[in-house]
Amino acid sequence: MSSIVVAGEIRAREAGFLRDLCTVAGRALRQIPREPMAVLPAVFVPAFFYMTNIGALQNLAQGSLEFSYKAFLLPMAIAFAVTGMSRAPILVTDVQSGYFDRLCMTPIRRVALLLGLMVADVVVIVALCVPVLVIGYAVGVRFATGAPGVLAFVGFSAIWGLVFTGFPYAVALKTASPAAVNASFVVFFPLFFLSDAIAPKQALTGWFSTIATYNPVTYLLGALRSLIATGWQASALLEGLAALAGIGAVSMTLALLALRGRVKQGG
Amino acid sequence: MSTKGLVRRFGSNAAVDGVDLAVRAGEIYGFLGPNGAGKTTLIRMLCTLLRPSGGHALVAGHDVVERPQEVRLRIGVALQEAALDDRQSGRELLALQGRLYGLRAREVRRRVSEVLDLVAIGDAIDRRIGTYSGGMKRRLDLAAALVHNPEVLFLDEPTTGLDPESRARVWAEVRRLNRQLGITIFLTTQYLEEADTLADRVGIISQGRLVAEGTPEQLKRTVGHDLIVADVDGDDAEVLDRIRRMDGVSGVTTDRGTVTVTSPDAAAALSGVATALEHSPLRVRSIVLRMPTLDDVFLEMTGSHIELEEAGR
Repeated sequence: MSSIVVAGEIRAREAGFLRDLCTVAGRALRQIPREPMAVLPAVFVPAFFYMTNIGALQNLAQGSLEFSYKAFLLPMAIAFAVTGMSRAPILVTDVQSGYFDRLCMTPIRRVALLLGLMVADVVVIVALCVPVLVIGYAVGVRFATGAPGVLAFVGFSAIWGLVFTGFPYAVALKTASPAAVNASFVVFFPLFFLSDAIAPKQALTGWFSTIATYNPVTYLLGALRSLIATGWQASALLEGLAALAGIGAVSMTLALLALRGRVKQGG
Repeated sequence: MSTKGLVRRFGSNAAVDGVDLAVRAGEIYGFLGPNGAGKTTLIRMLCTLLRPSGGHALVAGHDVVERPQEVRLRIGVALQEAALDDRQSGRELLALQGRLYGLRAREVRRRVSEVLDLVAIGDAIDRRIGTYSGGMKRRLDLAAALVHNPEVLFLDEPTTGLDPESRARVWAEVRRLNRQLGITIFLTTQYLEEADTLADRVGIISQGRLVAEGTPEQLKRTVGHDLIVADVDGDDAEVLDRIRRMDGVSGVTTDRGTVTVTSPDAAAALSGVATALEHSPLRVRSIVLRMPTLDDVFLEMTGSHIELEEAGR
């Protein structure tokens, strides 16, 4: 082991929130090409669901729709692709290995440890929208709102994906357990399958219809569908944004509380 | 760096129980104690990872609770288990560490290049850390702790698990960092030799309490004298009383088959002690004359050997 050169004038200083954020996000994004299997299922699974549901249900559902079932189902495929796409497993590994402690001993802003990962998630989510949209285009889905509508569609999807990451991050920070993080995905099932994700609302009956009416995901999917089928419909978009805000308020509060619990000097 | 009445409780158990310390700028302070004595808990409080239950601690002149950010800017830490990200390369990890300490891109490149000499792992620096050996990880961990030029370096059991050669390299580097760069170094260890060799001053911790503090030589002098140490089989209180009453003997302790006799002139007392043991029911396996060690200090202060506390776990 040879001696290091003294660099006396170089001293530590606070990097600033934005730089902290970029540093954490950059590290998370560098991992993705090294672990493609963490992302590839998020392309194949929704593509599979999309195609099989079209094949199985198109004729059945088309009767209660004023537009193509393929267009109706595309928001569900996008939601499948982007939901739960988070760096929470990395966070668990960091906590377990002690690397999270190392980061906490630096002058980094604590909230950047979480938000930096979320920034990386948004980049991945936007990238995941592309193949799903290509599949939709290939089967004939066109946007009534044109190219700006596609961008809005991706924007809504990205916000949804971001909002949902709050749940796995909360679990990761609270438990530091990979199994618990995987289990957090179960939140997705009642939110999606108790909505009009697969069958149009007019076709739902009884208790299921009541639950779907109060399920915020129904309004998120409604906003996405409006961009494809009916053009710029302010009421549908506002309802979708309100739904995102409601779920986001819950998930982000849980994630930030879990972060505070993890980094507080309580041990 | 100083602490005053520092306490950390976990439930009803006080892992650190009222520790007062004063570490001078530029010194190597060794914190010696067996596993579970409270060393890691203390270091985690000083590094702002753990909030004290009571008392105060200043590191680099800043309160660890009131101004943790100021403390973090001035410390480097290598914890007991190398806290690294196996998915990054060594170079990426060092660069990321530099960026988090606010170093500009040019400064990061320069410091990474400088600490690469310290890491001494050659081309492996561009390989993923997951492929490194344990020794390479410990050296990279140390480099990461130094990349921002800290004023105070915390090393939590820096050589635990290392082979003798790697241990000697770490000792040499710790000494050099202290002497050439003037970095204050606070190291915890369970190795007597490490504390004795490296530390300017040593604090001995047992069950969360600081039981002795001073230079290694001062601490050894507290034992008082040279030692006659006999390993024996059996137990005979009478012969121990007889030895205790001998001229030139200032103390006798026994601990698990080891009889330790202290004397201001152990060489002169040796033959008498040996004869007394020989004519007792005890079977003497070995008898030696030696200078006191920090283990003798630990025995004097706590009533048991540090190694035996280790073995008992």
